[in-house]
Amino acid sequence: MANKIKHPLTGKRLKNLILGVVSNPFNMVVFISLILLISLIIVPLFTMLRETVTLAASELRRVDGEIGDFTLYYWKYVFASKLSSAVLWTPLRNSLLIGIFVTAISVPLGSILAWLVVRSDIPGKRLLSMLVIIPYMIPSWCKALSWLAMFRNSRSGHLGFFAGLGINIPDWLAYGPFAIISVMVLHYYAFAYIMVSGSLRSVNSELEEMGEIQGASKLQILKSITMPLVLPSILSAAIMTVSKSVGSYGVAANLGTRIGYFTLATKMKEFINVGPHAVGYVMSILLIVMATGTIFANRLFLGHRRSFETMGGKGTRHTPIPLGMSKYPLLIFIVVFLLVAMVMPLFVLLMETFQKSTGMGYSLDNLTLYNWIGRLEDATWQVDYPGIFRNPEFGRAVWNTLRLTVVASIITAFCGQLLGYISSRGRGKWYGSLTEQLVFIPYLMPGVAFSAIYFAMFAKPSLFGLIPSLYGTFTLIVLVSVVKHFPFASRAGTANMLQIGTELEEAADIAGASFWRRMIRIVIPLAKQGFISGFMLIFISIAKELDLIIIMMTPQTRTMSYLAFQYSRDAMPQMADAISVCVLVFILISYRIANHFGADIGKSWG
Amino acid sequence: MSRIELKNIDKFFGDNHVLRNLNLVIEDGDFMTLLGPSGCGKTTLLRVVAGLEKPQNGTMTIDGVEIINAADALFVEPSKRDLNLVFQSYALWPHMTAYNNVAFGLKIKKIPAAKIEEMVMKSLRLMRIDELKDRYPNELSGGQQQRVAIARAIASEPKLILLDEPLSNLDAKLRIDMRAELKRLHREIGATIIYVTHDQIEALTMSTKIALFEEGCLAQVAPPMELYMNPIDLVAADFIGNPRINFLKGTASYSNEKLHVKINIGEYDFDKEDMTEEPIPEGEFPCVVGLRPEQVYIHTEAVESSIPATIYAGQPAGSETLVTLTVGGQEFLAKEIGLKDYEMGQTVYLEIDPNKLNVYDEKSTRLIKLAV
Repeated sequence: MANKIKHPLTGKRLKNLILGVVSNPFNMVVFISLILLISLIIVPLFTMLRETVTLAASELRRVDGEIGDFTLYYWKYVFASKLSSAVLWTPLRNSLLIGIFVTAISVPLGSILAWLVVRSDIPGKRLLSMLVIIPYMIPSWCKALSWLAMFRNSRSGHLGFFAGLGINIPDWLAYGPFAIISVMVLHYYAFAYIMVSGSLRSVNSELEEMGEIQGASKLQILKSITMPLVLPSILSAAIMTVSKSVGSYGVAANLGTRIGYFTLATKMKEFINVGPHAVGYVMSILLIVMATGTIFANRLFLGHRRSFETMGGKGTRHTPIPLGMSKYPLLIFIVVFLLVAMVMPLFVLLMETFQKSTGMGYSLDNLTLYNWIGRLEDATWQVDYPGIFRNPEFGRAVWNTLRLTVVASIITAFCGQLLGYISSRGRGKWYGSLTEQLVFIPYLMPGVAFSAIYFAMFAKPSLFGLIPSLYGTFTLIVLVSVVKHFPFASRAGTANMLQIGTELEEAADIAGASFWRRMIRIVIPLAKQGFISGFMLIFISIAKELDLIIIMMTPQTRTMSYLAFQYSRDAMPQMADAISVCVLVFILISYRIANHFGADIGKSWG
Repeated sequence: MSRIELKNIDKFFGDNHVLRNLNLVIEDGDFMTLLGPSGCGKTTLLRVVAGLEKPQNGTMTIDGVEIINAADALFVEPSKRDLNLVFQSYALWPHMTAYNNVAFGLKIKKIPAAKIEEMVMKSLRLMRIDELKDRYPNELSGGQQQRVAIARAIASEPKLILLDEPLSNLDAKLRIDMRAELKRLHREIGATIIYVTHDQIEALTMSTKIALFEEGCLAQVAPPMELYMNPIDLVAADFIGNPRINFLKGTASYSNEKLHVKINIGEYDFDKEDMTEEPIPEGEFPCVVGLRPEQVYIHTEAVESSIPATIYAGQPAGSETLVTLTVGGQEFLAKEIGLKDYEMGQTVYLEIDPNKLNVYDEKSTRLIKLAV
């Protein structure tokens, strides 16, 4: 390094150097944040890795050695045992199959919808652009319940809508890969839509008009101008969809396990439940490797092409492309799609909550408010549970959900702003990029795998008993929710903090304001707006969460999402549906409020 | 009131050597302008003086007190340097009124409330925006925001005021008004001012001294008129002046204490006393003569020792007329005050005062003969 000037280290210099670091509270804040990030992200990950090669008490019967010995038993169990096929290869194949099909269908679907809504002259664009993303607001496990409401057959004991009409619903339609893929497609097409439409909006239509002036046809323009410009975002959407759907738990569990159809995520959960735990950990590492791998592939493929997205720049002028004759058929296609994919399932789901027996039609004598407010002693037909609002379990779940959502999202949003402050002010400095990288790690991990890490870390006392076993506590659920949402929160925080020019702080610095004073008088007042919108999006994301917390659930800490899942498995569809409806209403209201504060659902990662 | 002395300042951003062994003294009460094209390091130097950047090497003293000593890792905090800064973006706090923007720093200094009010109003009045004190920045025009930013910088009566391209976001008319305003302000408050700009007109009109930057080094430090009359090298000469200076290539030789210069438009002899201390090459050497467009006088009739020239094109612009001329294949520009109309191809007669010519050694690019 020829450019660095070396000064001899004198006592005076050392004193000033130390003073310079210590007297600046920002350095302390960075230092403490880095330590926390490392102990909340890196340490648990390594703890889990260590668990997979450490012999546990439950395996003593099968393996020679003592508790705590090094062993490859668990890895061999997964990769090279008689059980490998059932433990690993079949679920892995299922996961990949789901991931590939979901991506292959949802990304083109979302991209085409995005093009129609953003660039064409299809009628009712404003309304369509709102309706199309509603499925993304609905938690995917709610959609799974809707699917069951439509397609359940006699295997579940409670008929679904179609079975009730006397239509014979085969198992492959009601449960298993077809159902899982369909439900996930209905979730992830909206994700692709959001990504691609954002990119399409940034393409200046002058670029396309230039092509037109040169004499290119509409198809040529689409092929050689528009497509190359939005291709990076389509590919990103595809890779993110693979990564997310491969590791997804809720849908696969709801629609797969009851016919013995397992994915890597659901199989992993089985092992975490019944043991050996370390086998579950091995599988969770596999899930993380797969998700991480796809995302790094994304970076590798798109590393240099990503610049396209910014090159499109702030093109705001949009001249819609006329669809001509095909305008109305396309509109009808979208409307039918929305009816079949969104309106009808939700309607059936809602109606089930008013039915005495599901699948028995909507005649008055089958309709009741019992499922909502009925008392067990007043029931006039064979039923073994009270209405949902009379059910103490439900009350506890509402309380748990509210408490978790509020506490975790406040903490997350605060940490996010703080981490965002560090990343934005540390741009190009080592601590800034380190913070960004550490914070990004939870994003690479499927929710269920991430919570497995925390399960491994906190299932027993750690740090020589300094941290007690947190398993089953509310604290642990909050902790896992907070850290898992760090990536989004800190991204939002960084964007927010970048809007506050460093010069505003420098001006206060020159005026003599200390670090804390600058925070309180300058940064926080200016960050308020962004904080609220970031907070609302995190709030909603945590309220929807099932995958992330399912491993941590105990009867005392159940949330609404978990209770719905539980009731659905226990063949109480009306109860599960009623909870879903409550969650949906809660989420839609939250979105409405979030919107009021300027939050953009397109920016949410849930 | 303060005298600032910078010695051997080096600043790197990564591998980028932004300030290169820079030495500069700013005398008490100076209006020192740091002038140079964008990316030459002038803003970085200002931020080093303010304490917002830490140089890797060098020292700085204000009135003899050591403020920076990179070898000892001594960097006095910005707020303890008794200075204030006006940012290019103004950096007004958007959630505070004009009044509170100005009062913020005073409140931190724990000055009694009554005194704060007095100081704030004084500086707002000085900038003639006292009626706007309750407005928020987004309710003010660019020029008004600018005045608030300056009022904020002068409210605490610092010894040193730093201004970073403060006029670059204003329109042309406001800029001229603010130039006058700043010049008057400098006189009234008597503080030392360091002013960063890439606009030579601002530099020439306001400063008592200009420090001309070239890629992280100081090319020349001089009062404005001296800088204009005798730029120290070809790069500086090319940068200063609008329209640009004419460069006429020729040859020169030095003998018997006389510099003999031969260019297309004629031959000239210069006395030793008009020459700089730059070394003169032996024998005949290539030189470049600098001729300011306004130093060319155009006559339609031949006068004594005039040079015949052909009009290539005239550009009348109301208050002035730019004329492109050719003499023996050499093309150059003349500037006349007022409206003149010439035919293309018309023959005219030029009168040029040899004393106003600059002569540069083409090889070293340095000035060897001064305009007087």
